[in-house]
Amino acid sequence: MAAPPLLDIRKLCVGFRSRAGLMLPVLHEVDLSVCRGESLGIVGESGSGKSTLALAAMGYLRHGLQRLKGEVIYDGRDMFGLPPAELARIRGGKLGLIPQNSGQALTPTQRVGTQIREALRLHCEHDPATHHARACALLEQVRLPDPETILRRYPHELSGGQQQRVAIAMALAGEPDALLLDEPTTGLDVTTQAHILDLLRDLARERDMAMVYVSHDLGVIARVCDRVQVLYAGETVLTGPARAVLRAPAHPYAAALLAAIPRLGAHGLPSALDGRPPGPDVARHGCAFAPRCGLATEACRAERPNMATTEDGQAARCLFPGNAAAHGAGRDAPACAADSPCALALDGVSVRYDRPGWLARLRRAAPPPATVEGITLDLRRGETLGLVGESGSGKSTILRALAGLLPPAAGDITLGDGTPLPKAVERRRPQDLRRIQMIFQNPDESLNPRQSVGEILAQPLRLYFGLKGQALADRAAELLETVRLGAHYLERRPGQLSGGEKQRVAVARAFAAGPEVVLCDEITSALDVSVQAAVLDLLNDLKARHGTAFIFVSHDLTVVRALSDRVAVLYQGRICETGPAAAVYGAPFHPYTEVLLGAVLAPDPDHAPRLLAEDATELAPPAQGCPFQRRCPVKLGAICETDTPPAREAGAGHVIRCHIPLETLNKTAMG
Amino acid sequence: MSALAATRRRRAGTLLREVVARPSGAIGVTLVTLHAVMAIFSPWIVPYDYKAMAATLTLAEPSAAHWLGTDHLGRDVLTRVMLGGREALVITGIATPVAMLWGGLAGVWLGLRGGWVDEVAMRLVDAFLALPGILPLLVLITVFGTGGEVLLPTLAFFFGIPVIRVARAAAHEVVARDFVSAARARGHRPFDIVRREILPNVTDTLLVEGAMRWSWMLLGFSALSFLGFGVAPPRPDWGLMISDARVYMSLAPWGVIAPVLALSTLIIGINLTADALAKTLGLDRSRKAVI
Amino acid sequence: MLGVIARRLALGLVTVWLVSVIIFLGVEALPGDACTAILERDAHGEALDACRKALGLEVPALDRYLSWAAGVVQGDFGMSANGQESIAQMVGYRVRNSLLLAAGALAVGIPLAITTGVVAGLTRDRWPDLLFSTGAILAMTIPEFVAATILILIFAIWLGWVPAIVLTPADAPPLEFFPEFILASTVLTMLMIAHVMRMIRASVIEAMASDYVQMATLKGVPYWRVVFRHALPNALLPAINVIALTVAWLLGGVVVVEVVFNYPGLGRLLIDAISSRDLPVVQAITMIVAATYVAVNLVADLLSLMLNPRLRSHQARRR
Repeated sequence: MAAPPLLDIRKLCVGFRSRAGLMLPVLHEVDLSVCRGESLGIVGESGSGKSTLALAAMGYLRHGLQRLKGEVIYDGRDMFGLPPAELARIRGGKLGLIPQNSGQALTPTQRVGTQIREALRLHCEHDPATHHARACALLEQVRLPDPETILRRYPHELSGGQQQRVAIAMALAGEPDALLLDEPTTGLDVTTQAHILDLLRDLARERDMAMVYVSHDLGVIARVCDRVQVLYAGETVLTGPARAVLRAPAHPYAAALLAAIPRLGAHGLPSALDGRPPGPDVARHGCAFAPRCGLATEACRAERPNMATTEDGQAARCLFPGNAAAHGAGRDAPACAADSPCALALDGVSVRYDRPGWLARLRRAAPPPATVEGITLDLRRGETLGLVGESGSGKSTILRALAGLLPPAAGDITLGDGTPLPKAVERRRPQDLRRIQMIFQNPDESLNPRQSVGEILAQPLRLYFGLKGQALADRAAELLETVRLGAHYLERRPGQLSGGEKQRVAVARAFAAGPEVVLCDEITSALDVSVQAAVLDLLNDLKARHGTAFIFVSHDLTVVRALSDRVAVLYQGRICETGPAAAVYGAPFHPYTEVLLGAVLAPDPDHAPRLLAEDATELAPPAQGCPFQRRCPVKLGAICETDTPPAREAGAGHVIRCHIPLETLNKTAMG
Repeated sequence: MSALAATRRRRAGTLLREVVARPSGAIGVTLVTLHAVMAIFSPWIVPYDYKAMAATLTLAEPSAAHWLGTDHLGRDVLTRVMLGGREALVITGIATPVAMLWGGLAGVWLGLRGGWVDEVAMRLVDAFLALPGILPLLVLITVFGTGGEVLLPTLAFFFGIPVIRVARAAAHEVVARDFVSAARARGHRPFDIVRREILPNVTDTLLVEGAMRWSWMLLGFSALSFLGFGVAPPRPDWGLMISDARVYMSLAPWGVIAPVLALSTLIIGINLTADALAKTLGLDRSRKAVI
Repeated sequence: MLGVIARRLALGLVTVWLVSVIIFLGVEALPGDACTAILERDAHGEALDACRKALGLEVPALDRYLSWAAGVVQGDFGMSANGQESIAQMVGYRVRNSLLLAAGALAVGIPLAITTGVVAGLTRDRWPDLLFSTGAILAMTIPEFVAATILILIFAIWLGWVPAIVLTPADAPPLEFFPEFILASTVLTMLMIAHVMRMIRASVIEAMASDYVQMATLKGVPYWRVVFRHALPNALLPAINVIALTVAWLLGGVVVVEVVFNYPGLGRLLIDAISSRDLPVVQAITMIVAATYVAVNLVADLLSLMLNPRLRSHQARRR
């Protein structure tokens, strides 16, 4: 560490002026330094100020934010003191940014080529005639096939992974010494994410770049970073070498965060971290984490702790550094009895979004393949069935079909007692509707912003049970208790609740009906990890108490593993593999399951994902054969393109749909 | 039910407070209130009879006796300006809510209904919007006369048509959201879904829209009067007064300026209120097109 | 792409057809007909029959609609109610004059609205924005006849630069009614500018707060290049449709302004025709204005379809 750091942030304070005229802090005396060739991970939950910090490193603050104190030095220059022209030369030149959502960060009215050439023109001395060739070379460097075509595209014509790669190419155009990455893989599929991280690691190594990697995901940080800095409510609470922080974090918040992450290795729930970080409008006394900390003492609440160093090189803002690791292990999910009666059965369900137009019907054109086809599943009472797959796998579509919102084109849905369910919700009987309830992905969308929590909970209670007056209010309060919210929440509106609280209200609303089956559509993907753990814990609690069956849809394989009794893996609307969770997550694998599992990240510095297949996104399933044929790393040949793969029984209830014989699959697995 | 009504009243109260907290809202609400008070009480406080002509005192300059002078028939301008907004305010004050109500309900219904009914209705709406602004009003009025009993339903009908479009777009936005899907999946009746889930979420848009359309309707009403198709003389009306006094503008500019100021302050007041309302509710009024 | 254009074109034609039906039915539903209007008190007995025969009113409504529509399609609007003039001839020069007026207002107004809107949006909440935004609210709230009256008061009466009231025949060369033209188009410009400016301001503010503008800035793109190359193309696209709607609305506003300034255009003819219950003329003018409205909106739709890459491929995929 003899050389001065390339990027050095000292005691940076950033705030905004509230409506009442108070100055509220977003960043509070944050220090940060990165050397050439080093990669630093900034971790924090939403609202921790991590993105603000990354942008401030470029001398940029969002509208309304002000720098109150501190400085940002990049390569010896004060970023907040530079004249605009010089600042512009550094930005995008020696200091590049890769934004969170490239779909929105690329100018929609300009072709990709124009935008890359603009970066080249601004930051390179080269002859403009060479720009086109250089742009192609850059796209090749970020491993995009067919650069000529991509350069001619508009951003919206590319997939999320492709957009992200274009953004990386654009940052590389200025030949940067340092890259700032603001959650660059959030929102991408696991396989795409693994590929992009791989690319970034290689690039950093090749070009000896410094990287500041902002993420909420410790798994991502573990993959790319040498050092980690944890932010909590706008201040640094922990810094240290990645290995030490991930193995034995010296700060209780980091420890709780790690414990809240579900892992592939273990069945069982991660442990939850209750409460939420103080907002910028809350006056600080003592340690910001004290209200949520199991180790907090009077001393913690009285005075803000200073950074204290530990033997393994960590520095923690804690009075008891190093005592944190003793965090309670999570509980096991209650298992479902094998002979439990059936709660819901799907037989050959297919869903189509676009019906062929009258012209196509007249021409007798072959109909396009259905979005979801031939789904046959059953769900037992008290069982959790996980549906996993990447975006476009049709997992949410299946739930909507079950709820009657998207009537299937073919197939039957039957309730446990043999009652057939009509396809459209309008044709179903109220008493049958009551038995299936759905919880949606984003509580901001699924709770009416105009109703109070009390009114929201009253809807199902009035509809199904005809409750009124005091009985209604009592029952609503009781429901809030079961989701661990107090009765005083009845008067509030969704806008006044945090993300986790909103999702709990949505859970309470679903349980108000006393359902037999609850459909969960990515219900934790909009939440922070610590909040996610709490919601998962709640679901399990309800399952144990009421014997409710769940269909749990998620793109996150670890969450599904933690929660599910049985799992079905979907690709392009077709089931690849079903079976008990332990069987699906172990050999023999369907090739797609293996690809997915290989790409999963763990918050472990020694874990490396395995990239088994290309991450090309497909828009529509192939009309014939195996749905996975185009990406399959172990494709057999013509048979995969023509014949629908057979369902092979690999064990009790474990079915794999693949042309490759089970013995071979068993051998190739983990090979 | 009464608890619900109380909540609503509380909400209306907070909304008004928040609107007035903005400078534009404070000015706007003050102007509109002043005009409303004037319209209610003016018959008892005007200094002269609005019909009383004085042949000897035509086009007189402002004086102690006639603060704003007299018009070409020797009538007191102040009296006529004070009374001149009443008819416009009453007719547009009733016609605007009626237009918002029928246009809003029709729009929400069409937005939910979709299909060919929606398709056909929207073509009809388009066709009506293609008619040049003031024309259908003019035709109906020439045929049926200019009384309030003609003006009111005519204005309410024609100003309701563009509202259909706005309400339909707002309903489309709400219907796509998951809380409506959730209500559908629970099996509520369509009527309940509209009442509980959709309408509360489009009222903001319609409220702002209503304020804006009120000012346009006032402009339209005054333009009709100005062209001689609105309020019949000798009853006082700002548009009519401007039209009459225009001829003598070089001799008696106050005859024009006084009603112009009266009309403009009212319209500005409504617009400032609408702007503040839109900002308070988090809607962007300037995004809306003129149609 | 061609399919989309054809679809929009067909919808436009359907709208025009519906307008013609509404107009025809509207006139049919009125009590009395052209003959009762012309003959007034003499409208009874033989005179009425003769008149109706002369105007072809005894034919069933559907047939009359068809022959009228057939004429309109060929540009023949029939004869005015007094049966002495061909409507096409009456209207010809006035269409030119009204179009001149609208074009004048647009030529000044749109660049002005865009400039002020962009400046206001870029200087959000600072003095140029406050100045333009307040100006816009004032301009929006002053009725056209008030604005016109004030202009006449200032320029014709106090300054005496232009004659207050002029009577110019419709077929006079445009230079002869140039003073009225200037005043009338100024009023129309004022009215139009406010709406377009406010919309563009909002759109610019939204674009400047977008992720792609932030990204361009952090890519080292100089401010003015960010504005002109990244923000404005996106901010101005939605303005196309608003401008089209404003143009359409201008056509309605023209009526009042033409009356105030005695401008020999379609609007004044319309008021005259309504006053004298010359229904065929009213029908003809309405048709012309409605068709213009539909055409302007169609052009705007197609233009934004062509200029907006996102719309373009979205439509193509849907087809």
